[in-house]
Amino acid sequence: MASRSTEAGQGLRMIAPPLLYAVLMLAIPLLTILTFSFINDGYQTVIWEFTLENYAEVWADPIFRALMLRSLGVAVLVTLATVVLAFPVAYFLSFVVPPRRKAMWIFLITIPFWTSYLIRVFLWKVILGYNGVINSGLKSLGLIEQPLSFLLYNTGSIVVTLAHAYAPFAILPIYVALERIDRSLLEAGRDLGESRLMTFWRVTLPLAMPGVLAAVLIVFIPTMGDYVTPTLIGGGKIPMVANLIQKQMLAVDNKPLGSAIAVTAMVIVTLLAGLFLLLNRRFLRVRT
Amino acid sequence: MTARNPSPAPVPKSGPARDEQGRPTPIGSRRAMIECRDVHKYYGDYHALRGIDLTIREAEFFSLLGPSGCGKTTLLRTIAGFEDISSGVVLIDGRDMAKVPANARPTNMVFQSYAIFPHLTVAQNVAFGLRRDPRSRAEKAAAVDEALAMVGLKGYGARAAHALSGGQRQRVALARALILKPKVLLLDEPLSALDRKMREQMQVELIKLQRQVGITFVLVTHDQEEALVMSDRIAVMFEGEIAQLSYPEELYSRPVSRRVADFIGMMNFMPVRILGETDAGVRVEVPGFGEFDIPAANVSRADPGDPGPSVGFRPEAVTILYRDAPAPHRETPGIIEEVVYYGDMTYYDVRLDGAERPVRISMRNVFGRDIQDLGTRTRVSWSPGSLILFR
Ligand SMILES: Nc1ncnc2c1ncn2[C@@H]1O[C@H](COP(=O)(O)OP(=O)(O)OP(=O)(O)O)[C@@H](O)[C@H]1O
Ligand SMILES: [Mg+2]
Repeated sequence: MASRSTEAGQGLRMIAPPLLYAVLMLAIPLLTILTFSFINDGYQTVIWEFTLENYAEVWADPIFRALMLRSLGVAVLVTLATVVLAFPVAYFLSFVVPPRRKAMWIFLITIPFWTSYLIRVFLWKVILGYNGVINSGLKSLGLIEQPLSFLLYNTGSIVVTLAHAYAPFAILPIYVALERIDRSLLEAGRDLGESRLMTFWRVTLPLAMPGVLAAVLIVFIPTMGDYVTPTLIGGGKIPMVANLIQKQMLAVDNKPLGSAIAVTAMVIVTLLAGLFLLLNRRFLRVRT
Repeated sequence: MTARNPSPAPVPKSGPARDEQGRPTPIGSRRAMIECRDVHKYYGDYHALRGIDLTIREAEFFSLLGPSGCGKTTLLRTIAGFEDISSGVVLIDGRDMAKVPANARPTNMVFQSYAIFPHLTVAQNVAFGLRRDPRSRAEKAAAVDEALAMVGLKGYGARAAHALSGGQRQRVALARALILKPKVLLLDEPLSALDRKMREQMQVELIKLQRQVGITFVLVTHDQEEALVMSDRIAVMFEGEIAQLSYPEELYSRPVSRRVADFIGMMNFMPVRILGETDAGVRVEVPGFGEFDIPAANVSRADPGDPGPSVGFRPEAVTILYRDAPAPHRETPGIIEEVVYYGDMTYYDVRLDGAERPVRISMRNVFGRDIQDLGTRTRVSWSPGSLILFR
């Protein structure tokens, strides 16, 4: 009995730092939001009374629905663009780059991360803007007279910016999955009569799927809740769900309603991610 | 490996390339299945295959044997089409393979790692190569079941491939290749990942399977015992070259060089002084054995790295004489310096009078024969015909 309790104590001591971190950084903020979402709002303050009214309001709100749908749409587009573009890069890294050069290539891919996300988003504004790189370039080439105004402040520019920002997050998991594929499996595919293309389709791609699925989730979940890009690149004209939450929380100072929107969005994302994994579960079987 | 372990149950060794009466034909008279003509392969500056010439015949069980890094896998992969050769010709069933990619060659491979697709079931693995097979789905499923039954995995079709043991993986790899009825099955050290008991069992099963399907098997191995047990013929390779290509019995009893002799089984080597050529062969003097003639047929090559000419003999090529039994051949006295008991065999290290180092002699432990004691003076019976001269 004594030894058992010391064992438990040892175990507890060992997990204490990450546990503390998880509680402070994840559980407490989440629980706060959750609590706020179930209480009443009074102007400038909150009324400590349990209620489901916030949720009823969220679901009845057409603006929420529109923004949620837009956020989902943007996230789907960004995810598609990012993963489809990341796959060839990861494939090139894994299959074409000679082993001794791989570290250098990965290093190069992470270079954009040396500056902050905010600055990278700003850069796209500089590139796409009214007097930006593209417009002045085209103007000096004499191709256009007036700057193109459709480059910025629309969904397309949001998608481009986010896809660029998340590219390495998609490349790396796919790269890791490709690296883990035993090369003799590809030779076996060829040996059993399949062309390179069919071997890719029947062997490489299914085995890379865990990486692709990870990339999809890693890109989809944060883009869904992105706040900076719609603000800067969308110019505030194309708000997404995060902007709505920000408005409720800070501008309108309705913390309970803001929290309820946040929780609802979170639940929707969780359900979608779960459904996505469920549909793809055959690719996630354990393997040795 | 010091001892040649008793092989598993003896199995006759010819594939069913049979004559009208259904009898297997001699290997040498069969159709050529694989021909390599002066095949060279460079990896950058490294010369991995240095002029390989060989002919492997129909329904033959052929082994490529050699130490690590000698180019066995490289040669197998050039036959399979995974490596382009730098010069030379590879023919399979009479067809030049120069422009034929791996997926179009009439060969299939059992990979060293088995290369079982981890995302597929056992049955899907076996059926992998049947995609373009015109047969109906039901017929293909029946073929898969039959292939699995052939390798002893009846009823395993629905299992996930990643949950199989090493021996089972190998059987799946065999079934997956054999279901396509290739002209040649290439096996790269298929047994090296198995434990000893399993390995010996699989050796016998592979030989039986080969006879049953009548396909040419080319086996890569660095285990000389495995090669001797399984093969119709063996090519011994060193450093990208074939040192000797022959039948197992001949390889064992008539190695062409000291290096081959050393690699196959165990051999005692003794320094020798060459006195001259005679009508009977070569006159030599060996400390311990004295002066005698070695028959010309028993003269092999020394290798460049050898310390000089030597004579060699297998541990079972000479015998220890018991009590006052008369010597059937010549006899030499000596003293027993080491006794190693193996159950069915005993190894004696005997120092012959006048020799510098002891030689190893093996004796079968037949009923009624005592194990000799350490330090006993004894007599060794030998004949010049059981010695090989490497010069
Ligand atoms: N892709 C390659 N690039 C460069 N050198 C290679 C390559 N493949 C093999 N080699 C070299 O060619 C030589 C022969 O290799 P191979 O794999 O054929 O040996 P092996 O006889 O199969 O040895 P083992 O028993 O260890 O498998 C080795 O020295 C190896 O280092
Ligand atoms: Mg090898």
